[in-house]
Amino acid sequence: MAELPATPLLDDLEKGPWPSFVTEIKNAALHKDSCKDLLGQLERSYREKIGHWKHGGIVGVLGYGGGVIGRYSDLPKEFPGIAHFHTLRINQPSGWFYTSKALRDICDLWEEHGSGLTNMHGSTGDIILLGTTTDELEPTFKALTDVGFDIGGSGSDVRTPSCCVGPARCEWACYDTLKVCYQLTMDYQDEIHRPMFPYKFKFKMSGCPNDCVASIARSDMSIIGTWRDDIQQDDAAVKEYADKGLNIQRDVVGNCPGQCMEWDGEKLTIDNDLCRRCMHCINAMPKALAPGKDRGATILLGSKAPIVEGALLSSVLIPFLKIDNEEDFKDLQALVEEIWEVWGEEGKNRERVGEFIQRVGMANFLEAIGLEPVAEMVAHPRENPYVFYNQGDDEEEDK
Amino acid sequence: MAEATKRVTDIGPPHYEKFLPEIIKKNYGTWKYHEVLKPGVMVHVGESGDKLFTVRAAGARLMSIYRIREIADLADKYSGGHLRFTSRHNIEFLLTDSANIEPLIAGLKEIGHPIGGIGNSISSIVHTQGWIHCHSAATDASGVVKAVMDEVFPHFEKMDLPGKLRIALACCLNMCGAVHCSDIAILGVHTRPPKTDFATVNKVCEIPNVVASCPTAAIRPVTADGNRTVEVIEEQCMFCANCFTVCPAMPMNDPDTDGISIWVGGKVSNARTEPQFSKLAIPFLPNNPPRWPEVTSAVSNLVELWAANARPFERMGEWIDRITWPRFFKMAGLEFHPEHIDDFKHAGLTYKRSMHLVR
Ligand code: SF4
Ligand code: SF4
Ligand code: SF4
Ligand code: SF4
Repeated sequence: MAELPATPLLDDLEKGPWPSFVTEIKNAALHKDSCKDLLGQLERSYREKIGHWKHGGIVGVLGYGGGVIGRYSDLPKEFPGIAHFHTLRINQPSGWFYTSKALRDICDLWEEHGSGLTNMHGSTGDIILLGTTTDELEPTFKALTDVGFDIGGSGSDVRTPSCCVGPARCEWACYDTLKVCYQLTMDYQDEIHRPMFPYKFKFKMSGCPNDCVASIARSDMSIIGTWRDDIQQDDAAVKEYADKGLNIQRDVVGNCPGQCMEWDGEKLTIDNDLCRRCMHCINAMPKALAPGKDRGATILLGSKAPIVEGALLSSVLIPFLKIDNEEDFKDLQALVEEIWEVWGEEGKNRERVGEFIQRVGMANFLEAIGLEPVAEMVAHPRENPYVFYNQGDDEEEDK
Repeated sequence: MAEATKRVTDIGPPHYEKFLPEIIKKNYGTWKYHEVLKPGVMVHVGESGDKLFTVRAAGARLMSIYRIREIADLADKYSGGHLRFTSRHNIEFLLTDSANIEPLIAGLKEIGHPIGGIGNSISSIVHTQGWIHCHSAATDASGVVKAVMDEVFPHFEKMDLPGKLRIALACCLNMCGAVHCSDIAILGVHTRPPKTDFATVNKVCEIPNVVASCPTAAIRPVTADGNRTVEVIEEQCMFCANCFTVCPAMPMNDPDTDGISIWVGGKVSNARTEPQFSKLAIPFLPNNPPRWPEVTSAVSNLVELWAANARPFERMGEWIDRITWPRFFKMAGLEFHPEHIDDFKHAGLTYKRSMHLVR
């Protein structure tokens, strides 16, 4: 086994208590020449303060338009082992649950076909297999499907949906995030694997307004659990929190955005009509309070990072939707497909659905997807009087 | 002989149920409450009375298969082979026998994975590829994250903070790690316009696409030496690198002028206050590998300032909203620069439009 390259700068990042990615690359480099070159190139980047990767190229597996990111070193002569060093995105199981066996299956095939380096996980949620050659893409794909895994999305397609741990381990889950995530993923395999949209489309499912997967900031469609009856309350347990030293007046009541709670030192009273379902009091007293029993989700649309027209948070489209059975799920899918149809048709190249709505206007968008406007959709009604008044039926007939 | 086996496609991910431990299948959707037992360890109790113990360990995000096998070994030994990952790259072991907690923790320590990141602590930093694997990176990702986590590490291992603190890093404005709603966002930035390769633009890119890619209309088509190419109106460029994303002939990376900006006060949770974007605190810090001392000390100062002054439950942004931004700048010892004032769309909404000013 040839020696590892000298990496004085990177070596410093093997010190300290946090797990070191440098150690990981070195471990892999003991087995894989590509990782030796990766170390060498990375050390050079650390020295020169600049990356050494070329603009991505188009590579993939047969019949798929996404899921593989082409990557080439701009120093292929010095670092031939990473002349091609492509990434595969592998669709993770809902909630990122694994067995040791499933992880070993992936390790074994990646030992055979790639660099042995991974990201657990990438930002969208996929397992990232980091670095292989063009020739190894098909064999990797075959080996993956043999153990029951498939490639995720990239480019202008549905990106791999992801969800919080939900009902599998969280008492606050207001719908089955794992199931909805899995079902959408399976029903939209074609849309995940074959880019056909103006730009990417992400789904993220959080089981409650704590939004552990940052759905409201990071997905074109955010599906966030909520409830519409009263918070479940166990008065004895509330008292226990108080007795154990929680300052209920200051830290719970005082932080309630609905100003809808009262605490008399003995009993907590919640005016549930004004509760905004923010989760604060429930987070503060998990043994005493819980979301109501009539649970469902709010559907929000449009969040994204800055590129191209500025960052957006998702905004409310459907204030409350039940997603308990097949029928409910069909309603959700009908809505999704209506949105894709309008955006797919009218959206500009590289325009996310949130930007599209900004451009055409929410009211026009709602009309196009056949949804009635409701007050829950806005933070407040318009302030400016430049109103495009609906001019009534005579205009309608011109259609 | 027989034709090659049929090529299997579009099977999607494995069904998650295959990977759920029995105790989860049994208590699915009927968990009653949870308690944090100590840093990095929590218990979920079902209506059934069953108890599921979770041990949360730090992950490096970038992991080799050799490491993953060691982690799988620990899962086999202590959690019946069951584990999961969190959205922030942590590793969670799912145990039914509380007697296995301490041996598991010891095993994790031995292979270099500390436990923590639950409750009022700093959890792992969501991040991106950086110089390890991306062409647009204005800084490295894993290196900065390692340096920052080493620095703020005590807050990962202890639950000694007023509330939750979420740090995220993206190495360019594409923000694969969508950092824009984090308590502290570390964002790689370019600060000079693209160095247009005039001769090749036409060959490697569609000129109308390049022109259309610019959010500020700073790019216009021109003809130079008989070549159709593009020109950047430099005063209009805000260095977003969108043009580079669509066209390799518009490179942005520069060792001296690329660096890091720090943003604060964002959140995605709805608890108490509504989700909000992070706001610019420090426009530029230099790239200084391998440990980025300017960045680590800036982040650590912000964490300690917030920790010392925020009320219980108050997130970074909630604290700043209460004390107001001018006071925050003063307390943090940060200078206020022209870069802090927005000048993109709807910038006027961020101007101070009231008399609510503190001393
Ligand atoms: S988003 Fe809510 S339901 Fe999902 S894991 Fe987080 S707290 Fe639990
Ligand atoms: S959930 Fe939020 S708004 Fe509702 S009572 Fe609790 S703290 Fe108040
Ligand atoms: S944030 Fe930018 S530089 Fe970093 S991995 Fe994503 S696209 Fe690449
Ligand atoms: S970096 Fe951004 S603002 Fe500057 S020319 Fe390119 S697209 Fe336009």
